[in-house]
Amino acid sequence: MSEFLQFLFSGIGNGAIYALVGLGFAIIYNASHVINFAQGEFVMIGGMATVSLIAGGIVPVWLAMPVAVAVAGGIGMALEKFAVEPAALRRGGGASVVGLIIITIGASIFIRGAVEVWLGKDFHRLPPFSGSEAIDIAGAKLDPQILWVLGGLAAVVAGLKWFFERTRFGKAMLAASHNRLAAQLVGIDIRRVLLASFGLSAALGALAGILTAPITLTKYDIGIMLGLKGFCAAILGGLGSGFGAVLGGLALGLAEAMAAGYISSAYKDAVAFVIIVVVLILMPGGLFGAKSSERV
Amino acid sequence: MKRLPLGTGGLLALAAIVVFLPFVLPNNFYFDVAVKTGLNAIVCIGLNLLIGYAGQISLGHAGFFALGAYSSAILTARYGWPAPLAMLTGAVGVGLIAFVVARPILRLKGHYLAMATLGLGIIVAIVINREIALTGGPDGMTVPAFSIGGWRAVGAQTWYWIVGGALLLAVWLSLNLIDSGVGRALRALHGSEVAAATAGVDIPRYKTLVFVVSAVFASLAGSLFAHADRFLTPVEAGFLRSIEFVTMVVLGGMASTFGGVVGAAILTVLPQLLAGFHDYKHLAFGAIMIGVMIFMPKGLVPSLAMLLRRRPRAGAGP
Repeated sequence: MSEFLQFLFSGIGNGAIYALVGLGFAIIYNASHVINFAQGEFVMIGGMATVSLIAGGIVPVWLAMPVAVAVAGGIGMALEKFAVEPAALRRGGGASVVGLIIITIGASIFIRGAVEVWLGKDFHRLPPFSGSEAIDIAGAKLDPQILWVLGGLAAVVAGLKWFFERTRFGKAMLAASHNRLAAQLVGIDIRRVLLASFGLSAALGALAGILTAPITLTKYDIGIMLGLKGFCAAILGGLGSGFGAVLGGLALGLAEAMAAGYISSAYKDAVAFVIIVVVLILMPGGLFGAKSSERV
Repeated sequence: MKRLPLGTGGLLALAAIVVFLPFVLPNNFYFDVAVKTGLNAIVCIGLNLLIGYAGQISLGHAGFFALGAYSSAILTARYGWPAPLAMLTGAVGVGLIAFVVARPILRLKGHYLAMATLGLGIIVAIVINREIALTGGPDGMTVPAFSIGGWRAVGAQTWYWIVGGALLLAVWLSLNLIDSGVGRALRALHGSEVAAATAGVDIPRYKTLVFVVSAVFASLAGSLFAHADRFLTPVEAGFLRSIEFVTMVVLGGMASTFGGVVGAAILTVLPQLLAGFHDYKHLAFGAIMIGVMIFMPKGLVPSLAMLLRRRPRAGAGP
């Protein structure tokens, strides 16, 4: 029993991260129909920027995290402004799906390269937020940082729900995701929606990176795998569904932890991809995706 | 007079380049880069049939490349098979795998297809990383020389001619395929699957066919790579390698056989040139990927061809 609880805790902790990254994919996909393969890099930026800000003594410790989130948000908006928008909103038809995928992958290589040059290739660690003393539950040890991660996820979900349902700009973003042309006709500025979606997703990614940095350490290249698994979470839940991305992320995290614990830890990283391939073959729209029919 | 197949001029030009390039290559290092260029180009020619002509994306072709490479490496090194037989077995095996997964996977569209192919590629990479007893794991494995009877293919210059010949063969096959009924069916289903199906094109059959062909191209290139380089690591199966192949195709030009070759040449040679920038290599590589996509979304060869001809053609050139 204690063993099972142990796997459960670690699975939920990782799952919450995949959920936060998956949410980022969903928000950008809704606003722009772009899959942002640089999403994982924002997780890395969040952790690395916080570590560097604290180590460099540039800002006080309590300010380092919000500044790091803001930095990531800024980089996200720059990515939209200078790389995605020129291609996606080109006159005479936007870039193809493949073209946009290559642009965001190019951006992820660029960001990784920049961090490698400026901050080095070492592992970094943030101190835990509330001590490193594990909480004992029925014989299993719960890292208190996991509670912070879960709390962060809950806060983000509640915040996003409020933003998209109660604020004027949030509603505008939702409208644009349903029908871009109709949204433009009622005066919604699509460029601002796109910019905001990238900024918001990047900030969410960075938050995930900061919350987990005390558990998993951070390094210039951790974003690749996290990004891909976040993409798995978003697809598993059905692209564009924020609720689906959260459930998909938690499900992947749990499956991964159980498989690593009971089957084979060597193949832990393969679990998410095996699940996604099987699910896509059986249910081509993801678990919570709407059944769509093609309009001719 | 019988009509010459599409792209005959380009094929002759490429043959001339293959024949005359050795006169200007100063040393073995450059021959080695040329060999890698040729092998990447073969993968890209196959991948371009899938992406450029049939309009289906694959973010997992490095998986097929690595399966071919490791089949050759493992069968020759661990079981003492003759190299040509190992290569053939690898290609048949990869073809079968591609055939089995093609139907369920190619039903998917857009990002879902991207995810599924990406997932398959990563699963292959993880298996190669973990099955250390067979593959040597992350440390890699050495591969015996390619030999037929008493003749052993060693040295960059020998491999230059082998790969050069294979490349011309691949281009010839691709041009013929595109110029046939299959090519027209692929372009039709790229334009509109519904319209193509209405016109009697068996969509799943053609998608499966082109997927298998592109996977076998990648597998054969992988086998040749294993014997040419004599050393193999799981990096060849990685996600970034798959991305590299797709980027070569898109950079050179989708739906252009020679575009794939040009894209492969640029992206294989470019890192060698950027090597002088050391730490800034990745930064520059990423920036170039973004820049080309923004300013030349159709890729180099079609963009340049359009400039030269001043005769805009929708979508497909040779």
